[in-house]
Amino acid sequence: MSYRKSMTVTALSMLTILLALISISVGSTTIPMREVIASLFGSADGGNSLIVIQFRMPRALAALLVGAMLAVSGALLQGVIRNPLAAPDLIGVTGGASVAVVSFMTLYTGMYSMQWIPLIAILGALAAGSLNYMLAWKKGVSPLRLVLIGVGISTALSALTTFLLISGPAYLASQVLNWMTGSVYGTGWKHVSAAAPWALVIIPLSFLFSRSLNAQAMGDTVATGLGTRIQRDRLLIMLCSIALAGAAVGIAGTLSFIGLIAPHIARRMVGNAYGALLPTAALTGAVILLLADLAGRMLLQPLDIPAGVFTAAFGAPFFFYLLYKKM
Amino acid sequence: MGLFQSQRARLLGLLTGVLLLTGVMLLSILLGLQNFHISMLLHTYQAFDGSTEHMIIRDTRVPRTIVGAVVGAGLAVAGAVMQAITRNPLASPSVFGINSGAVLFIVIGITVLGGGLSMSGMIWLAFAGAAVTALLVFVLGFSGPGGFAPVKLTLAGSAIAAFSASVTSGIILIDKQSLDQALFWMVGSVVNRNMEHVMAMLPYAAAGLVLALLLSRSLNVAALGDEVSKGLGISLFLVRAGACISVVLLAGSGVAVAGPIAFIGMIVPHLCRSLVGQDHRWLIPYCAVAGSLLLVLADLVSRFVIMPKEVPVGVATALIGVPFLIYIVRRKSYVL
Repeated sequence: MSYRKSMTVTALSMLTILLALISISVGSTTIPMREVIASLFGSADGGNSLIVIQFRMPRALAALLVGAMLAVSGALLQGVIRNPLAAPDLIGVTGGASVAVVSFMTLYTGMYSMQWIPLIAILGALAAGSLNYMLAWKKGVSPLRLVLIGVGISTALSALTTFLLISGPAYLASQVLNWMTGSVYGTGWKHVSAAAPWALVIIPLSFLFSRSLNAQAMGDTVATGLGTRIQRDRLLIMLCSIALAGAAVGIAGTLSFIGLIAPHIARRMVGNAYGALLPTAALTGAVILLLADLAGRMLLQPLDIPAGVFTAAFGAPFFFYLLYKKM
Repeated sequence: MGLFQSQRARLLGLLTGVLLLTGVMLLSILLGLQNFHISMLLHTYQAFDGSTEHMIIRDTRVPRTIVGAVVGAGLAVAGAVMQAITRNPLASPSVFGINSGAVLFIVIGITVLGGGLSMSGMIWLAFAGAAVTALLVFVLGFSGPGGFAPVKLTLAGSAIAAFSASVTSGIILIDKQSLDQALFWMVGSVVNRNMEHVMAMLPYAAAGLVLALLLSRSLNVAALGDEVSKGLGISLFLVRAGACISVVLLAGSGVAVAGPIAFIGMIVPHLCRSLVGQDHRWLIPYCAVAGSLLLVLADLVSRFVIMPKEVPVGVATALIGVPFLIYIVRRKSYVL
């Protein structure tokens, strides 16, 4: 990493920490930054400290983790599929995770443990992802076929989700819908501790593949010539990407477009080499989700608008821009 | 080229279709959780006595069947028109996000106006939503340095669908009261509709259908490509504008009454093309009949899958439609 790139990463890290602190400090009751920091170091007492530790901090951490997971997932996918439009939402992975989680929620009405949700979501994502891959296979996989079949699979899966939603008891519908829109509202430490293992293991693991991704970007022949075991790496990278997207969906629901936008913004900042791109994308994703969550909380007080609404509102125009530019 | 080559065969095919449709509609009125004899239907309209059976037939089964038939015809014809002017085999109100755009507008209307929203207000909102989305998709599909590309339309449509879906569920979450009412629109279904619904949407659907029929000759030419149509002196702009209006009327009225019902608009034109080929003067009537038939049939079957509950017909068509979409995408002729 060059000097400029490492400066970018450092600056982004600072921005992420700053946003997380702001996110902890503001809300229905504003807590002064001084008290926030005191509470974080355990040297404050009273109600504010409770709010910080029990409510605001896990929410900020969840936004940070989920944003980073989705962004890295998208960056890995774009690297493997070599298409700027690739994103976990577009290849049906997110839909698979949704169906799995919603059926799990309806099956064990309220009697489930949060720890299981990411695993269930990952399994669903894996099933949908492999189905798409198999169906798109016709003497090799064309990225566009992957996306188009993904559109179809997503439609079918969302119909299934809605069906589960209306066939279950009414109180569950509101709970499930809340989760589906993509929001870190109401996330607690149990959500953070369910997400953290996946994020902390798989994101660093995926950084190990940056050399292979760089090689793959030059085409299969060059990559093989450079000694990359393409097929094996491709499979492992896809698995990482699907696992990250699945776990993120399990925690925060379908936050559309983060996996698409964050890698593109990161590319603008540090270029296409994956060594710097992956950490930058992770931080960008975290920043986007923290911002979306903050906006949802502050704009229409006392309403808490799901962050997914904002990521969709900014993501869709961005997608159109990409469509306009790249095709 | 289609299966039916001669005019006579096509006419016979169409008549058979109408007969089949009548039969399926009768079955849809008579069969369900409670089965009736056909004489009961006659009694209901000749000597209505207010009994439960008569009430079920008059207020539940008949409106449901008619809504299914009208919406099915509208979506199928809208799909055929869209496929002709975009030259995209995946074009249909659901894949291009027009259905979800209409749903978004309806949900916004319900939230802002609450209970004060009338059925005709709802239909106009659905039109507005369908029109805005259709316009957006077409503008996106035709702009950009790459020029017109069928696949661009599909991608723009799916992004719009994702966008409207997020915003819709966001609004529902904020305004919890509207959850029940809005869930009604989010899943395509023809249950719990009454004659008032039918009457409110029928004029618009009929207008859309007539417009599509009037355009059928121009659609034949437009499908040949821009150069040819210009050479033959057809104003492509007028044809596209007319087609857009017809699609918005058909899809908008359909969504206003039945919610987003996926894939009917994509499947039916393909099936009908295998019967009568590319001639839209035949294709559009065939689509109307086959669309009704498919939707009424899907609704009938979905009553029996998990008795005594029902699978909403929107879910059923989505599950039927996906294998079909995959088949079209995998087919060689789809330009990627």
